[in-house]
Amino acid sequence: MIPKVRRQQIVEMLSSGLRIDGRGLEDLRGIEIKCGTVANADGSAEVRMGKTLAIAGIKTSIGTPFPDTPDMGILIVNAEFLPIASPTFEPGPPDENAIELARVIDRGLRRSEMIDLKQLCIIPGKAVWEIWVDIHALNHDGNLMDASALASVAALLTTEIPKAVVNENNEVVIDKKKRQKLPIKGIPATVTIAKIGDKLLVDPCLDEEEVADAFITATFINSKLCAIQKRGERALTVEETLKCLRIAQRKAQELVKLVKEVTGHGKD
Amino acid sequence: MSLKNKEIMLITPDGRRLDGRRPDEIRDIKIKVGILENADGSAYVEQGDTKIYAAVYGPREVHPRHLALPNKAIIRCRYHMAPFSVEERKSPAPSRREIELSKVIREALAPAILVEQFPFTTIDVFIEVINADGSTRCASIIAASLALASAGIPMRDLVAACSVGKVKGVLVLDITDVEDKYGEVDLPFAMMPSRDEITLFQLDGVLSMEEVEKAISMATKACKEIYEKQKSALKARYLETRKTIEGITT
Repeated sequence: MIPKVRRQQIVEMLSSGLRIDGRGLEDLRGIEIKCGTVANADGSAEVRMGKTLAIAGIKTSIGTPFPDTPDMGILIVNAEFLPIASPTFEPGPPDENAIELARVIDRGLRRSEMIDLKQLCIIPGKAVWEIWVDIHALNHDGNLMDASALASVAALLTTEIPKAVVNENNEVVIDKKKRQKLPIKGIPATVTIAKIGDKLLVDPCLDEEEVADAFITATFINSKLCAIQKRGERALTVEETLKCLRIAQRKAQELVKLVKEVTGHGKD
Repeated sequence: MSLKNKEIMLITPDGRRLDGRRPDEIRDIKIKVGILENADGSAYVEQGDTKIYAAVYGPREVHPRHLALPNKAIIRCRYHMAPFSVEERKSPAPSRREIELSKVIREALAPAILVEQFPFTTIDVFIEVINADGSTRCASIIAASLALASAGIPMRDLVAACSVGKVKGVLVLDITDVEDKYGEVDLPFAMMPSRDEITLFQLDGVLSMEEVEKAISMATKACKEIYEKQKSALKARYLETRKTIEGITT
């Protein structure tokens, strides 16, 4: 019943062009990205979007490639919505929301070909790098999707892995002293738009998220789409959907610019 | 895995696909409503080699009770693949993929259901993939929305669904497993055709904004075609029921 009252308030404010936290419809919340905060991870990034806080940690290991892609490294994305992040999160294995988030981010990273997985092959069919992206939600104030995606991208951009060489016995030897960046081909950006009534809002906060009709999450790579996910229990018209994608496209450019500034990517 | 295999000719120079279809052609679709006696509503959908059963139980009491809502029915959905439905045996335990699909299918059906009419209850949708040959979530939505309708649940519209893929740069409708694995894109799509509203929209693969627009218009057209088939399958079910009743009374 509380969401009903909340929704009424949010919808009324929206009709006069105002959001509950004072933002314009297409404004992102303040974003703060901190890279390399976890010393034991090969790469890490903490992202704050307003009061939402997510952290992504990258661990790497050497494993055997999948039989259908013997010459490609492996990318695995997992997300945990920890009970520390929200009174509504419970301990236990990832629920459908956490699984969906991880899979949407995985599609964005994979389909954007952000990392050149071919370059992560050490011995074809035998040894490749495995890149584990683990996302932890630490404080949930809406739009964990974009915060987690941004944290994952920033963490991957600043990841350094040891050098792996193949010796004369065809064994993989790791030279921990020599570290190198991951082979990066591009920078994807993920933007979520919420629909409340007939209004479309960028980067929904928790109050907005709870009363929203539907969401479109879109990941862009060089102004092309590489992943989309419609979420929520209501429908969108074709016009609304296309409008969401166009807004997301503009916002994605802002995010790419920001992540480049923070990580210094493309400057070396 | 978008492994590009050059040996597989996904589309011929004259625009024919592996199974002879044109890019904007959907597979033959066979629909039967009301095939599982125990369910309140059920449907079977066959689209090429993709074969799906859907059953609806409810509105019924919610267990565990604390999940019930005072203002509307909850919807629970389980998309499940039989271990034998794919090339290599799949563990019957729900995979991450199945958990995500169960959620997006629920969210594709929910906009059509008048849940406010059944407070404190649950509407349970069970989907079983018996054989998978691409576009299983779309076929599941086609079947599940008919199962809901045949359970007598009030709905705004049926939900029709169709996937769009991209092979060798060409957008194609209703992709098969091979076109999904070796193609460039999978874009599952569902809508309420008489309301022109989108209820499921996903993209896995790279498309330009223009291509996405084109894919939506192709999928919309296909959904309207499928919608007609859904309606006639539903009508056929009611005609059958009528015949049975008339047989009893005369």
